[in-house]
Amino acid sequence: MSEREFTYIGTRPVRHDGVDKVTGRANYGADFTLPGMLHGAVLRSPHAHARIVSIDTSAAESTPGVKAVVTSKDFVETTAKLMMGEGALDIHDIGDNVIARKKALYDGHAVAAVAATTEEIAREAAAKIRVTYEILEPVLSIDRAVAQDAPILHEDMVTKSRAKQPSSGPSNVAARLEFARGDLAAGFGQAEVVTEHEFRTPTVHQGYIEPHACVARYGEDERALVWTTTQGPFVVRDLCAAINSMAPSRIKVIPSEIGGGFGGKIVVYLEPLAIALSRKAQRPVKMVMGRDEVFRASGPTSATKIRVKLGAKRDGTFVAASISMWYEAGAYRGSPSGAGAMCVLAPYRIPNFLIEAFDVVVNKPKVAAYRAPGSPMAAFAIESAVDEIARQLKLDPIEVRLKNAVSEGDPAPFGPPFGPIGLKTLLETVQRHPHMKAPLGRNQGRGFGCGFWFNAGMNSSATITLGGDGSAAVMTGNPDIGGTRVAQALMVAEELGISPEQVRPSVGDTDTAGYTDVTGGSRVCYATGMAVIQAAQDVRDQLKARAAKMWNVSADAVEWKDGRAIPPAGTEKAQPLTVAEIAAKMAQTGGPIVGRASLNAPMAGPGFGAHICDLEVDPETGRSTIVRYTAFQDVGKAVHPSYVEGQMQGGVAQGVGWALNEEYIYNSQGVMENAGFLDYRMPVASDLPMIETVIVEVANPLHPYGVRGVGEVPIVPPLAAVGNAMRDATGIRFTELPLSPPRVLAAIVEQKQADAVGTV
Amino acid sequence: MAKLHIQTTINGEPAEFLCEPHETLLSALRNELGLTGTKEGCSTGDCGACSVMFEGRLVPSCLVLAAEAEGRSLTTIEGVATGDALHPVQRKFLEHAALQCGVCTPGFIVAATALLKQKNNPTEQEARYWLAGNLCRCTGYDKIIRAVLDAAAEMREASV
Amino acid sequence: MPTVHLPRSFMEFTGGLEEITVDAPRVHELLAALTERYPGIAESIETMAVSIDGEIYSDPGYQPLRSDSDVHLIPRIAGG
Repeated sequence: MSEREFTYIGTRPVRHDGVDKVTGRANYGADFTLPGMLHGAVLRSPHAHARIVSIDTSAAESTPGVKAVVTSKDFVETTAKLMMGEGALDIHDIGDNVIARKKALYDGHAVAAVAATTEEIAREAAAKIRVTYEILEPVLSIDRAVAQDAPILHEDMVTKSRAKQPSSGPSNVAARLEFARGDLAAGFGQAEVVTEHEFRTPTVHQGYIEPHACVARYGEDERALVWTTTQGPFVVRDLCAAINSMAPSRIKVIPSEIGGGFGGKIVVYLEPLAIALSRKAQRPVKMVMGRDEVFRASGPTSATKIRVKLGAKRDGTFVAASISMWYEAGAYRGSPSGAGAMCVLAPYRIPNFLIEAFDVVVNKPKVAAYRAPGSPMAAFAIESAVDEIARQLKLDPIEVRLKNAVSEGDPAPFGPPFGPIGLKTLLETVQRHPHMKAPLGRNQGRGFGCGFWFNAGMNSSATITLGGDGSAAVMTGNPDIGGTRVAQALMVAEELGISPEQVRPSVGDTDTAGYTDVTGGSRVCYATGMAVIQAAQDVRDQLKARAAKMWNVSADAVEWKDGRAIPPAGTEKAQPLTVAEIAAKMAQTGGPIVGRASLNAPMAGPGFGAHICDLEVDPETGRSTIVRYTAFQDVGKAVHPSYVEGQMQGGVAQGVGWALNEEYIYNSQGVMENAGFLDYRMPVASDLPMIETVIVEVANPLHPYGVRGVGEVPIVPPLAAVGNAMRDATGIRFTELPLSPPRVLAAIVEQKQADAVGTV
Repeated sequence: MAKLHIQTTINGEPAEFLCEPHETLLSALRNELGLTGTKEGCSTGDCGACSVMFEGRLVPSCLVLAAEAEGRSLTTIEGVATGDALHPVQRKFLEHAALQCGVCTPGFIVAATALLKQKNNPTEQEARYWLAGNLCRCTGYDKIIRAVLDAAAEMREASV
Repeated sequence: MPTVHLPRSFMEFTGGLEEITVDAPRVHELLAALTERYPGIAESIETMAVSIDGEIYSDPGYQPLRSDSDVHLIPRIAGG
């Protein structure tokens, strides 16, 4: 792909929504009110696993101030499926998750909802609802879920694709997937060194600072308006339509500004309840989750168990790998086990492998997507194993990876060959970077990890309207979660030759914006960006045609250069015209100028990231401090480098939290004990140093500017980089996360004792 | 029990509202006064999104009773800019791209202005520890700290 | 004729075959032919993405195929 000279792409203007955000004027999910609005509250199961025998709502209904109460009886049971994301979403499961029908399947599972004149009345009334439960033994781990005598969550669940595990009767294993290549036995036969480990990662949450919130109004016209904080307004519309038994065209979803999502705001929790309550009460209903509800009753990501056996020759060439992966799906099927299976060996050429992945249900909240879902856990496992191989062979960790790294044309573990990818370039960049040679102090260690993620394509639409002053308004349906509006403004500016300040980017709603798939999957800059660029080119073509009219020449003869229409040579009284000059005459030359584009993009080439982490362990407390961190990533093309850097740094912070401190802590009854920010410990400013970012650009041939996705890859390497740094600092290979002080200290103490015994 | 009638000063202007005795200041600001710039992230004082200045002191408004505002003076995010001029901290946040989703930003800006009132030349570590009460999940804090230190530098220069 | 590659866990439906040639001008006809030949795949196929000569489509629909096209069925991925 030729090196194109850009005027605006790659610059760093202030984002258009910036002033609203630094002054508190931007409106998020809970910042919206409607006249006559009621407040909703949810009654949630205190039991992790229980049959719902009966629900008596009479005490709530007769409470003064209460205007409506709903249970699952107010929703029609449906077997519909919605094609979205990872595949066919089972609306039955999503609806049951929104409000439980026959069983409460996790601590926090919604059982009833109340709308009242104040939030306090609603909560107090909800607490008066009498639910009779038949408490069942909860299943709280993978090991328990797959045991012969395990309680079964869903009587109708059998393992899809049970070739290797024939069993009669229901199971907690929803699916098994397998990828294989070559001959495993022969491969391990060639291995001169083998490393084998079992890794475990805990349930963790996306941790967005803004809780779920919405306002719904069901009107006399049998139409619903929903204001909500979401990554996917069209998903909200379609899911609510299915759950609330309405036609999608009768639901209008207006996305608010969104206070973080990371994949956790791609499904619905409150919206169907708010619509149902509004319908019954005949008034708008506002619902906001408390922080404990966010933890207990939205969608964290899977806890995992991953077994890795990796074999290599003495020179570091990988010859065989056998990997078994179990992912917790939470209360309903649908963990990212398939994605994990596709990612785990993606960076490497291995001639012989077997990967099997299991989707396992447990009595925890139904998992939702979390930034590169499935991949960080897989990277933790394989990168720890690769690190062990490198140590055993006394080879440089980057060299070992370079030796086996995939490049264009190599087959991915899931089949198709890779197009142009930046892994080798990335690894070479890491090798040359001064961080690799910086000296380490006492109790400090350095770890390296690399990671892989796909970048989604899918459906996007864009429209651009020209103003009479030559400004342009661009609208898409993608909520702006990290600066995509300013990136879109840069694209329009580049294509039209106007300044980014003259472009006004906005996010429409489901009635005004063309259909678009979610803000997520690292797809907005790539796929919606492509639609924006095409819409701008549509505007440009129209501008050329209008100029041609003004000059009385054929439109084919008009050129476009540097933001101006250029008349054909020799045209009398014709000077190049700017966008503003042509736009000023729109009415006379044919009317308003509106450009549009819509597309279904193939998946962008995958992204690779590579991270170096230096950490220091305090051997007396087990506490670790990140002392230096450098993140490298191939982003294709950085449209707005500041926000690319920001995505990388944010992913690092989440990965570091996942590696060092974050975990859901359950008691033996399956009740979450740390459902708050004090004890669910995410990184704060004093936990991290400055995070250096190195952007590599290997162009994605599918995009006019070479853009790949960027948002998700950065969370993939940190778990491994931190784990390998810990190995370097302590000499201990930790296979279970998080590496919280108690765990690290216990291991250090144990190692000291073992060393002491050894020297006697 | 009847609601309390509270008279207070917010962002330099007299204000009054009705509230329940047990209602939080955060709730009163957002729901009685329509000042939704202050955000609710956790209601347990752990995330800093509800940060306001209360009698010159940085507090999480989810842990302050609305009734305590009686006769007192508060500053919220809506009062940080003066007239139509953004505060240097606000400008630096924009220049440094120190926000992505922006929901934690009001809390950080209030907390940062409080820091710079107390200390006009904080070190990186001092800034990190002062702001450790504000959670951000998007940025990894890097650009936030750079913005705050840069604002401090600009403010020092301006006062010379 | 285009060649279709299936994940190994699909082998139980295809009697052990992982690589199958199918005469079809577009993905639509190819998937229909596969489902007719191996009815057991039907339910799983509707949730698969399709890679055609390296480019991955979540909604492959009517994408054209060349006579030497290499097609892989892989699980759909979206992300978060």
